[in-house]
Amino acid sequence: MRQYLSKRIFSSILAITGLFVMVFFLARLTGDPGHLYLPIDAPLEVRKEFSEKHGFNDPIYIQFGKFLGDLTDGNLGYSLRKERPAIDIVLEAIPVTLSLAAVAMTIALVGAILIGSLAAYRPNGIFDRISRVVSLTAASAPDFWVAITAILIFSVSLGWLPTSGIGGVPYWIMPIGILVIRPLGLLVQVVRGSMITALSSDFVKTARAKGVKEKAVIFKHALRNGLLPVITVAGDQAAAIANGAVIVETIFGWPGIGKLMIDSIMQRDFAVVQASILITAIVILSINIIIDIAYAVLDPRIRHK
Amino acid sequence: MVTKVSNANKLLLKVNNLSVSFDTTEGSFDAVKAVNFELKKGETLAIIGESGSGKSVTASVIMGILTCPPGKIKSGEVLLNDIDILKLSDSDRRKLMGSKVAIIFQDTLSHLNPVFSVGSQIAECFEVHKNLSKKESWKRAVKLLERVRIPNPSKRAKDFSHQFSGGQRQRVMIAMALALEPDIIIADEPTTALDVTIQAKILELLGELRDERNMGLILITHDLAIAAEISDKVIVLNEGKIVEKGITKEVFINPNHGYTRQLMDSIPGKITKQKKKISKKFSDPILEIKNISKFYDTIACDDVSFNLFPNEVLGIVGESGSGKTTISNLILRLASPSNGEILYHGKNILNFNKKDLFNFRRKVQVVFQDPYASLNPTMNIFDIISEPLVIHADFLNKKLHQSKVSDLLISVGLHPDDAIKFPHQFSGGQRQRIAIARALALNPEIIICDEAVSALDVSIQAQIIKLLLNLRNKFSLSYIFIAHDLPVVRDLADRVIVMKSGKIIEQGVVDDVFNFPKEKYTKDLLKASPSIENLIS
Repeated sequence: MRQYLSKRIFSSILAITGLFVMVFFLARLTGDPGHLYLPIDAPLEVRKEFSEKHGFNDPIYIQFGKFLGDLTDGNLGYSLRKERPAIDIVLEAIPVTLSLAAVAMTIALVGAILIGSLAAYRPNGIFDRISRVVSLTAASAPDFWVAITAILIFSVSLGWLPTSGIGGVPYWIMPIGILVIRPLGLLVQVVRGSMITALSSDFVKTARAKGVKEKAVIFKHALRNGLLPVITVAGDQAAAIANGAVIVETIFGWPGIGKLMIDSIMQRDFAVVQASILITAIVILSINIIIDIAYAVLDPRIRHK
Repeated sequence: MVTKVSNANKLLLKVNNLSVSFDTTEGSFDAVKAVNFELKKGETLAIIGESGSGKSVTASVIMGILTCPPGKIKSGEVLLNDIDILKLSDSDRRKLMGSKVAIIFQDTLSHLNPVFSVGSQIAECFEVHKNLSKKESWKRAVKLLERVRIPNPSKRAKDFSHQFSGGQRQRVMIAMALALEPDIIIADEPTTALDVTIQAKILELLGELRDERNMGLILITHDLAIAAEISDKVIVLNEGKIVEKGITKEVFINPNHGYTRQLMDSIPGKITKQKKKISKKFSDPILEIKNISKFYDTIACDDVSFNLFPNEVLGIVGESGSGKTTISNLILRLASPSNGEILYHGKNILNFNKKDLFNFRRKVQVVFQDPYASLNPTMNIFDIISEPLVIHADFLNKKLHQSKVSDLLISVGLHPDDAIKFPHQFSGGQRQRIAIARALALNPEIIICDEAVSALDVSIQAQIIKLLLNLRNKFSLSYIFIAHDLPVVRDLADRVIVMKSGKIIEQGVVDDVFNFPKEKYTKDLLKASPSIENLIS
């Protein structure tokens, strides 16, 4: 297991490196930052001086070399716009996104386990049929549309919730709600499927023959086995929430990493783009490694391989 | 073995007029029809029947684990200590399950929860029924593991089911059933997947525990010999109906019903003299195995030598892990030996080039154990049987495939119209016939049967053995027949090889080895193999 994990961590580092190189060059294809930062009528000398100062005139491989040099000192560059170290800006934004994603994922997972298990307990029962329709709808809802519609209904028409910004509980309700919908719908379906299999397993018969109560049959004996495929999808969804955050944070004006990424790409603030993608990639790869560990914790057969 | 007449005549269980049906897409199907029986303290009742006879369904009803729907209890009572458990509420019935009546299942790997330690699964009985603390429950679980003779129980309790051998898992299952000292234990095919020597030990343990605690034991089995060895009373089920019931000895000595007689006739090990003239020695061997060994992490096969002659059936017997299947893989060139040579008509197959090997494969075919797994469920029977012909395209003109497949189906006792059907439309025995037809497609010289009849009911087993013998004469085949079931080998083989831990322990003409075994291991194997002769004689 330990050997497996170190292999995983090593390959993750390789992946991040590759991603990083790609982002560095791709970002520079978006155009000259000078066009955005200087007034339209800025004279040529000013433009030259700006490019000179930030090193944009150097050939791209020299820029890359400089960047790597800074990186070894732990320096991810300075934000053009905010004139602060890029990493500081990213580290301010990431907790906002992480807390949003963690709350959303917890709700989606717990909700999916409850709904999916109950649906699986009596396949084709009334609860199962309703949950199937609702979860399919949820899994296929386009979140940007749902978000805008929700603002229209709950903020504009009814005036119950704030349209955007960060603050107390009311500010959280819509962003979380939007982030939960899709993973919840998808996970309900996965939980249902794997729990139907688990509940028809022979070991469930053994548990019943022992006189174990139905609640424990479902949530202890079957669930531990049924969770394995769910975890895979949940991990995938957790990564997808990072993408979802870009949309939700933009629409609701949340100062998280998603909004930061969009803004800095728009502003050709290369250092911030690079830093935010690096941090996001590390988070996502960590989630993947955590899933591997969770697998081993849940299933002794994997642990003993 | 320990067959014991009950002392205290207390009635534990009475099943009255029980009928169970299943709703299927083709309508309602009666699985159990008006079944009556009773069980007293210290008594062993064997329920005998083939697959689909309703024996396991009856057990599920008693244990309250019949899945309804599709199952439906149409009528009847199940009186456990005079209480009709079918009339109890779920929670009241649950209190009796495990504590008054417990069950031991056949396939222990799937019946034990893979993600909980075996100790915690046994301990759960005490937590659920007696409200004992986790610590106390664990202590008792360890004690139970010790009682069923799991070595080093306090350590092994923390292990998971996949870390145990089949025999040990069955002991764990027995420990779990024993936990709350129930009045009745139902053992549903408890030894079917186990080697004979292990089977003998498990049956001995069950008998011992029954006597120690004066329990009632219901033994569900398709194996008449096991019923003969351990039970006091027997009921024979066929298509959900009891066709015969009575004292075990009387039923076996003097079976009244035609079905019981048919079952008795199917028991392997009785075809003796009439069968075979041994054709060896007159000709050169087809296959010479010379000192082959195969090492994986362990020694799978160690310095094994034997010959196979034309038109001969060579049996290879031994317990799991003895190296039988390794030998089959080496002959098929699915694996290469670490040492030694394999000569086919005097030529070493290990030196064969691609083309030689291709032609050799045509001559050696295989029939596997599990006919459910060995046929591709998405292919129809024509495609399955003609696939070897497609691969060996030069063997037969494509236009003739249709008639070849029809001929093959007829020779294995099926109908040419079956070619358009799919595997799931056939029973286990029929599927094995299809697998045999596929093996015959390329007119092979040798067919390796790797436990080819082990998964079949006795009466079907008898039919397949007969078929194999007929085909041998018709197509002058040689068989290498790998089995753990000794009586089957006795019926079919001319010569037999006994293997243990990768080595050949003993080999010779079947009747010599079976009647006058020289090695202790062979004697032990033969002794462990249950038979009804002990009871009758």
